[in-house]
Amino acid sequence: MNPRIRFILQLSFTLLVCLFMIIPVAMSVMAGLTENYFVGLKSGLTLRWVNEVWQLYSDTIWLSIKLALACLVIATLIGVPAAYGLLRSRRRWANAIEELLLLPVAVPGLATALALLLAYGSYREFRGSWLFILIGHVLFTLPFMVRAVLSVMQTARLPLLEEAAASLGANFRQRFFAVVVPNCLSGILAGALMVFTLSIGEFNITWMLHTPLTKTLPVGLADSYASMRLEVGSAYTLIFLVMIVPLLVAIQWAGRLSSPRR
Amino acid sequence: MAVTSKQPLGAAYSATQAISQAPKRKNLIAIFALAPALAVFLAFWLLPFSRLILMGAEADRSSGISAYFTILTHQQYLISLVTTVTVSFTVSLVAVGIAGIAGFFLARHRFIGKSVLVAILTFPLAFPGVVVGFLVIMLGGRQGALAQLSLWLFDERWMFAYSLAGLFIGYLYFSIPRVITTVMAACENLDQSLEEAARSLGANSWQVTKDVIVPGIAPALLSTGAICFATSMGAFGTAFTLGTRLSILPLNIYGEFTNYANFAMAAALSVVLGLITWVALSLARKLAGSNVGAPV
Repeated sequence: MNPRIRFILQLSFTLLVCLFMIIPVAMSVMAGLTENYFVGLKSGLTLRWVNEVWQLYSDTIWLSIKLALACLVIATLIGVPAAYGLLRSRRRWANAIEELLLLPVAVPGLATALALLLAYGSYREFRGSWLFILIGHVLFTLPFMVRAVLSVMQTARLPLLEEAAASLGANFRQRFFAVVVPNCLSGILAGALMVFTLSIGEFNITWMLHTPLTKTLPVGLADSYASMRLEVGSAYTLIFLVMIVPLLVAIQWAGRLSSPRR
Repeated sequence: MAVTSKQPLGAAYSATQAISQAPKRKNLIAIFALAPALAVFLAFWLLPFSRLILMGAEADRSSGISAYFTILTHQQYLISLVTTVTVSFTVSLVAVGIAGIAGFFLARHRFIGKSVLVAILTFPLAFPGVVVGFLVIMLGGRQGALAQLSLWLFDERWMFAYSLAGLFIGYLYFSIPRVITTVMAACENLDQSLEEAARSLGANSWQVTKDVIVPGIAPALLSTGAICFATSMGAFGTAFTLGTRLSILPLNIYGEFTNYANFAMAAALSVVLGLITWVALSLARKLAGSNVGAPV
């Protein structure tokens, strides 16, 4: 086959796949911005539905942001030391522990949530608070933080740098905060963005753990898809996209920041 | 440094030795650093999940025998298990096929607008399952793209969103970006000189693809396929948006728990599902080495 024809065939195929990915998103964005989706664009563009979503669901958006920030703080506080611990452990132990920490990602969120509910659901106050959801999010996002930080630690020649610092008389605390942390900042940044994005979008665990008073953004989305008109669901999705796309761009950027060292 | 070294090396007495000669202290630091993460994991995952495993052995509400045993003996559960596995497996195969071709094309050609295509194909990676479900409704629901098109062409309303076909399209939607990113990375790592060598020996492009490229990226393809399979098996959000009447595992679990308060069965099904996805993802990591896995 002529290479030119082959190029065109493959390009058309790839374009078809792109259409499949982008058409529903474009339709949803349009539906969220048109006055009446059934009539179509000629009914006019409007921000009415976005406004309505904001009135109905703004508390879910704030709760999601609060959860994601709290999750980020906890995942950093326990994930960065954990990555360091793995780096310092014997290989066999490190592999086993990493395997364990990965279980909440390997097992579907539904199962994790069910286990949490059956074990701790009877503690009423805890069950009803947003902290219950936070636990689920921390379990689910922690491995991503650990992995991101560990992979930078492994390439940063940390043992060598630490030895240098130690030979100059730095104690462990000084070494950790003056050598270890600054040298894996790019990993922490990449992990942090990942944790934040995953937490904002997490549904499978959250749906089981939420209560009417602790609804997050994706829970609100499911709610609006089931009970609101198409325009409202679309406008809500649009708000979600506006929140998530900058995060994705940032993740790409952070990935490029930390990859040249690899 | 509490270690007192007897080496008379003065300034050369170094931390290298202090660190390497103090394995106990090193272990201690590692244990302290790991303790918070492990404590959270033990208290909130391992302990609850162990209880879940035990709970699955308790008597099922309707049959009165152990829920694990009920899954094996009752057709309803076996059918849903087989359906879920079949749909997930087919989706993985199709996704690897489609995204393999597109990913290879994008990795090997440079043209204007390529970065836009790559962005379109990869950014849905972060969509939660519920959003993917809604996008399927935009395509194949009552007012979806297909319904509008078929109304206009044939005066009939065609829909597929609320069936297994809709589920299939949804799973395909979130699988394609995963495969594309993996395939593109694998192709970039592939040694191009092998292809050139094959070509200079007279292989045509089909032979190069079949004998050089596909074997070269086979581990990546298998690994990403296994990840797609595991993700599809547990994709609750998409299935939930498309309709709770479908008989697939995640919806069964949800139904047993919320509608029938049949905790033993919900636990048993969760454990079976968890086991399947865990095995698939372990396989994926064995093959690829570093990917954490894929959340939806």
